[in-house]
Amino acid sequence: MRVLVIEDDRETQGFIARALKEQGHTADVAGDGEAGLALAESEAYDVLVVDRMLPRLDGLTVIERLRRAGTGTPVLILSALGDVDDRVKGLKSGGDDYLTKPYALSELMARIEALARRASPAESSTSYVVGDLVLDRLSHKVTRGGEPIVLQPREYRLLEYLMKHAGHVVTRTMLLENVWDYHFDPQTNVIDVHVSRLRGKIDKGFAEPVIHTIRGVGYMVRAGAP
Amino acid sequence: MFLVAIAAVVGYIFWLTSEQLGRELAGTISAEVAGLRERFESGGIAELERAVRARSGAPGNSLYVLVDGSGRRLAGNLSGVPGNLLGSPGGGSFVYDRETDLGREERHAVGVAIAVPGRLALVVGRDVEEQQTFAAAVRRTFLWGTAVIALAGLIGGLLASRALLRRVDTVTEASRSIMTGSLSRRLPVSGSGDEFDRLSHGLNAMLDRIEQLMIGLREVSDNIAHDLKTPLTRLRNRAEAALGEAAGTGHKRALELTIEEADGLIRTFNALLSIARLEAGHGSESFSRLDLAAVAREAVELYEPVAEAAGYRLEVATTDSPAIRGDRQLIGQAIGNLIDNAIKYGRPSASPGIFVSVEADREARVVVADRGPGIPSGDRERATKRFVRLEASRSEPGSGLGLSLVAAVARLHGGGLRLEDNCPGLRAVIALPRAPAQDGTSI
Repeated sequence: MRVLVIEDDRETQGFIARALKEQGHTADVAGDGEAGLALAESEAYDVLVVDRMLPRLDGLTVIERLRRAGTGTPVLILSALGDVDDRVKGLKSGGDDYLTKPYALSELMARIEALARRASPAESSTSYVVGDLVLDRLSHKVTRGGEPIVLQPREYRLLEYLMKHAGHVVTRTMLLENVWDYHFDPQTNVIDVHVSRLRGKIDKGFAEPVIHTIRGVGYMVRAGAP
Repeated sequence: MFLVAIAAVVGYIFWLTSEQLGRELAGTISAEVAGLRERFESGGIAELERAVRARSGAPGNSLYVLVDGSGRRLAGNLSGVPGNLLGSPGGGSFVYDRETDLGREERHAVGVAIAVPGRLALVVGRDVEEQQTFAAAVRRTFLWGTAVIALAGLIGGLLASRALLRRVDTVTEASRSIMTGSLSRRLPVSGSGDEFDRLSHGLNAMLDRIEQLMIGLREVSDNIAHDLKTPLTRLRNRAEAALGEAAGTGHKRALELTIEEADGLIRTFNALLSIARLEAGHGSESFSRLDLAAVAREAVELYEPVAEAAGYRLEVATTDSPAIRGDRQLIGQAIGNLIDNAIKYGRPSASPGIFVSVEADREARVVVADRGPGIPSGDRERATKRFVRLEASRSEPGSGLGLSLVAAVARLHGGGLRLEDNCPGLRAVIALPRAPAQDGTSI
């Protein structure tokens, strides 16, 4: 995966680039809006990470110009402004995801990878299969080893999101945003309790768990041992 | 201006009355002249003389005299033709002497002199002395009246403007002293409910808000010092201690704790920023029409498993579903904070119920009620302040910003947070104004 990071803070820039390279990705960096726009227009990237406040050309303008030029590359906006309004503005300008500073590096990585998967065929498939766990997106039925599992609507959406990103880490904030559409800090470990309830229905009684906790980051759905 | 207006009105009335009186007089006189002319035409001088004599004898204010060519009086109650009437064919005013019990008296009259064929002259007049006396009295009254009104107006005006100036002065003085730092001072209110009072009330409400913000600011800086410095110091000490240790597993643990501590700090910092922005009025741009019951149900749905895990029974009752204008995120977060508080500070073993309900009458309300220890009435107002963690809960986790965030959200939506006694327990009420009826479905 090839990622362009447009960020004016040198240290952050290097930090993100290094982390991406450690994960086996290619990372290019640009220190201001103009340079970033030029790179994004001339090269092909899988994901763009754009800081909102940039010298010479601000982040939102960069995104707007790219979108007007017909570039559909997924964009992750980094911003110190975390209000609902700021988020709405960011997404309106053409951003695909919005992450407020300060953020955990693991959160950023999980989101970049989730964005890169957007264009993958999994997005449109009618059913998700992880090992013996099957989720049918048309009938909303879930079975494990052929046995039907009854889920509440929210539990179903939680599992659907986890399975869509099977094999990849999904953070708690990503779950809160995508399953509940909440963009605030819920103060407590609400997501953990929801996941543990879901686990009770999916993994209980099976030797091999499907839902795995990734310490300090979030959750991952995958079949068998790592 | 006032004076001129009064003088004009009075003058006009006066002129109108005297004009009317004069016209009436002229009418009577000319009618009389016409009558006498008829008598002359029917019976000549003898008949005229008889008529004049008869009329002169009648009591009243009528004056007559008929003189011959040499000026000798033939009949009438005037001694002769008043000199000034001779030259003016339209008549005029004159002065004559009248015999009274007290002697001679000069009186004013108006009349007309007419030449009668045979070189005679006839004067018909009316005594206007009484009228003139009356007119003079009226004039005097008017003049004095005007003078008194003018004086009263002047004095009243002066007093009023003095009072006005004095009030302006007190307001100016008060605002100056507020500007120089006595923020707790307020503009004086006289209690009369006039324009000045309304202005003062408005400005005082503004000052209340400013003072509240200033106090908030001061409290925040005090509390930042306490609540942010403490974890920062811990953070620093831990790093320092780890630095001194030999490399090994201790380092990893120290780093993990450092990240944890930093996350806590970020959390506190974010909450602070949110409150500050909410209080500055940010966020209202994204308001939309919401079903409060749906928002409450969603928030409950998110927290229900946490409550259950902590040993509570979280129940939601939404008999009403009022529409409000607001932000789903903020209100959801506010309700979530209240539920989270109920979970944190309650006693699940003794009273596991947490009840969320939505009510509506003139306002829309979300109520989060528990049966926990509650908040003593004296502490309730303080509890919504930033960073205030009541003594009993100092040791509990939390930034102490939960309730103040809820209060800020409620205020941004034009409502408020009320903490009430649930006997026992706490009843936290987010009161919000209801949204106006939607277009086309007027009330």
